Amino acid sequence: MSREWVSPRTLHRLGILGMNQRNVDFISRYNSRDRFPLVDDKLRTKLIAEKAKLNVPKLLHVVRTQHQIEEIQHDLIKLNEFVVKPAQGSGGKGILVIIDQNENGFTKSSGDVLDLNDIKRHLSNTLSGLHSLGGKPDVAIIETLVRVSPLFSHISHEGVPDIRLIVFRGYPVMGMLRLATHASDGKANLHQGAVGVGLDIGTGRAIAAVQNNKLVTTHPDTGGDLTNISVPDWPKLLNLAARCYEVTQLGYLGCDIVIDQDKGPLLLELNARPGLSIQIANDEGLLPRLRQVEQLEDYYVTVEDRVDFSMRTFSHYSVDQLELPYQTDGKSQGGTIT
Amino acid sequence: MFLVVLLLVTGLGTATFRHNAYRIPLLPGTQQTVWQVEARVEYFADGGSTQVLLTLPPEQRGFRSINESSASSGFGFELSTHGGQQRAHWTKRNASGEQVLYYKLELVQDAGYRVPAEEPKSEPSRAWDEPYLTAALQVLQAEIPESADEKSLAQQLTRQMNRERLDQNLSLLLDKYSEPELLHDLLNTAGASARAVQVLELQDGRRRQSLKEFVQVWQDGEWHLIDPSRGLVTDDRQLLLWQTTTPAVLEVLGGTNSGVTFSMISQSRSAAALTSERAPGYDISLYSLPIAEQGMFKLIMLLPVGALVVVLMRVLVGLKTSGTFMPVLIALAFLQTELVPGLVSFILVVSLGLTIRSYLSDLNLLLVARIATLVILVIGIITVFSVLSYQFGFNAGLTITFFPMIILAWTIERMSITWEEAGPQEVLLQGGGSLLVATLAFLVMDQEITRHLAFNFPELHFCVLAVILLLGRYTGYRLLELHRFAVFKK
Repeated sequence: MSREWVSPRTLHRLGILGMNQRNVDFISRYNSRDRFPLVDDKLRTKLIAEKAKLNVPKLLHVVRTQHQIEEIQHDLIKLNEFVVKPAQGSGGKGILVIIDQNENGFTKSSGDVLDLNDIKRHLSNTLSGLHSLGGKPDVAIIETLVRVSPLFSHISHEGVPDIRLIVFRGYPVMGMLRLATHASDGKANLHQGAVGVGLDIGTGRAIAAVQNNKLVTTHPDTGGDLTNISVPDWPKLLNLAARCYEVTQLGYLGCDIVIDQDKGPLLLELNARPGLSIQIANDEGLLPRLRQVEQLEDYYVTVEDRVDFSMRTFSHYSVDQLELPYQTDGKSQGGTIT
Repeated sequence: MFLVVLLLVTGLGTATFRHNAYRIPLLPGTQQTVWQVEARVEYFADGGSTQVLLTLPPEQRGFRSINESSASSGFGFELSTHGGQQRAHWTKRNASGEQVLYYKLELVQDAGYRVPAEEPKSEPSRAWDEPYLTAALQVLQAEIPESADEKSLAQQLTRQMNRERLDQNLSLLLDKYSEPELLHDLLNTAGASARAVQVLELQDGRRRQSLKEFVQVWQDGEWHLIDPSRGLVTDDRQLLLWQTTTPAVLEVLGGTNSGVTFSMISQSRSAAALTSERAPGYDISLYSLPIAEQGMFKLIMLLPVGALVVVLMRVLVGLKTSGTFMPVLIALAFLQTELVPGLVSFILVVSLGLTIRSYLSDLNLLLVARIATLVILVIGIITVFSVLSYQFGFNAGLTITFFPMIILAWTIERMSITWEEAGPQEVLLQGGGSLLVATLAFLVMDQEITRHLAFNFPELHFCVLAVILLLGRYTGYRLLELHRFAVFKK
C-alpha cells in the first residue's frame, strides 16, 4: 500500500504541479477564456498558424457542407495521400489516413482499401458530428500526410510519434515524446497506455520512458530502444512551439508537434489544458520551472531569446555541452531572473 | 476573500438572529404531535329549513388549537357560544335527503399549554327517589370514611362500581342509572363538585369514533378526569374534552337519524414549522408557501448541499464522475427510492441501457436522435421494470420512476461514448465514481439535521456558497493525485 501512495509533502518538495493548482494558478490566470476556441477548433488553429507562417501539415481542403463533398471528389482522386480530420474531434476519433491511391481505390494506413464512396460517407459523417465532441455538427479538414521520420520508425506503432511541449508565457518548459502502442489503441494519451518519453529541453534527448507509470527501456510493440532517442531539429522545434504563444496569446499552452521526414517539425495541434503526465515522463515537477519563468521580466523578448533561455535553464546538461543555436554568449538571454 | 467572510457572517448571523428571535430550533429533534380531528355529522333532512348545532371542544390544557375549518356545501356556517362553550352552527333554508357536514380541527399536543380552569357551577344535586335515596346514602356512608378527599372518593366509588360482585345497593342503582350518571350524582350528593363530560379518545388513524362519557371532579382548583370504568385518569394526554356542559353534543332541527362520528390522524411536525407560524416575517418566508410547494423547496434546498459534496469530491479527492452534477440528481432520486433499491435500479437501468445503446452505435444516428431514442428506451426499461417488480411483489421497484429519465439517457450516452473512446475500465471508473459521489451526497442530504437546517435556515446556504468559493481557489493536491504521482516516491 505504501508504494501506491506518496505524501503531499514529497510532491510539494519535488514541485509537482497538481490539477487544482494547474487550473487555478495557471490556466485561469494565463489563458484568457475567449482564446480557447482558437485551439479547440483545429481548423482555426491551422488557419492562424498558417497566417503566422508556422509550419503545419498543408491544408488541402475544408469541407463545410454536404454538397462540397461532391465538389471536392474530383480533387481527391488526384491526391495520392492525405489525411481527413474532424475540426473538433477528440482523442484521435474520426481521423482517416490515406497513404496510397491506385486503380483499386484508396489505401488506409492499416492496409484496408476504400473506394471513393467510403471516403464521401466518412466526410458526411464527420460533418454531421459523428466524430466530434458532444456530437456537434463539424467541419472536415483534409491535409497533407505526415511521413514519419526514419529516425522514429523503430519506435512507431499505429500512428506518428508526436512531441508534446508545455509552453509557458512563450518559454518551452518541458517536453515529451508520445508513442502510441497497441495497448493505447493507437492513441497518444499516457493514461490509455501510450509510452511517454521525457525529453531534455536543452538537447531533445530522452531522459526516461514510462508506460502506465512504470519505467520502460524498449517500445512494448516494436522493441525499439527508448533510451537513446534524440529528436532531430530540436531548436527549430522549440522555436515553432515558442511562437505559438504570440499566435494564440495563451500563457499556458500544450503544443503537439510531429516531425515530417521532409519538412521537419510541423505543428499538429494546440491544447489550452495540457495534462500533467508529462511530469511523470520527465521524472520532474513542472512547478519550479513555471515559477522561474513567472519571475522573468517579459518585455520585448524575442522568440530566439526565449528558446535560448529555456535551453540553458531547463537542460540536464551543462551549458557548454549544449549546441545553442542563437546567442552563445548568454548576454541577451531571455530576460533576467529578478 | 472578503466576499467569503461576508457570506459566512451573513449566513451565520442571520441564522443566529432567527434562532434567537423566532425560536426556530437549531436541531430537528423537537417534534410535536399535531392531531387533525374531523367531526362528521350525518342526518336525513326532512325537506324544509334545517339547522345543525355541534358543540365544539373548549379551550383546555394540553391542546393548542391551530386551525379549524368546516366543509358543508350549501350550508350557512357560523360559530356561536352557548352556555360557555362554542358551537358550530349550520343552517340551510331547504334541504332534503342525506346530509353530511364536516368540521375539522387541528390541535397541537402541548403538555405545557395551560388555560385557567373553569370554576364549577353550583348544580342542584339530584333529588333521589326511594329506594334509590337509601341505597345511595348507604353507598356514600360506606365509602366516604374510606376516602380522604373528592378525588379519592371518586376513585373509591369507581372501584366499587366495577367490582365483579357488586354491592347490593350499587347493583340496584346501576339498574336505573348508567355508570357515569351514577358516579356524577353520587359525588354531587356527597357534596363534591362533579360534572359529566364527553371525551374523545385520540388514537392515530381511527375513524368513525364516538365520544365517551367521563366524569370530572373538582379539587384543588382543578378538574380531575375520571373514567367511570377505570377510575381516575392519570394520563390525559390523548383525551380531548369535547363537551363539558349539559346540552347534547349534536342538535339537529328539521332532520332525523342524526349522528356525529369522529376521525383523527396524528402528524409529527417539527416544532420549527409550528413556532414559525407565529413568527414575524412569516408571510415572506418559505413557510408561507402551500404545503406542496414547501415540500418541493425541501428538496430544492438540499441541492446546494449535494453540490458541495460534488465540489469536495472533485477538488479534494479528484473522483471522476460521468457528468459533473449528475450525481446530485441521482442522490435526489435516492432520497425518494432509499439507497439500496435506488442503487440496484440505477445500475440495472444503466447497464441495460448501455447494452441496447451498443446496438444503436451501428445505426450511426445523429446525436439528438440518439438521445431521444435513449429517452424512449429508458422509459421503456422503467415501465417494464415497474410492472415486473409489481407483479413479483417488489414494491421497491416502483420507486424507479423517481429517477430523472433525461439524466439517465444522457448518462447512458456519455458512458457509451466513454466506452468506445476509453474502454470499459474507464466506464467502470466513472460510473463507480458517480455512484460513490451520489451515495455520499445522499447520505449527507438524508440526514435529518441537514434537511432541517437547509429548509428552516435557508440563509445557511450563504455559508455553503462561501465554502464552495474557498474550494474553488484551492490549489493543493487532490487525494487521488497522491496515488497518481506515486512514482515520485523515492
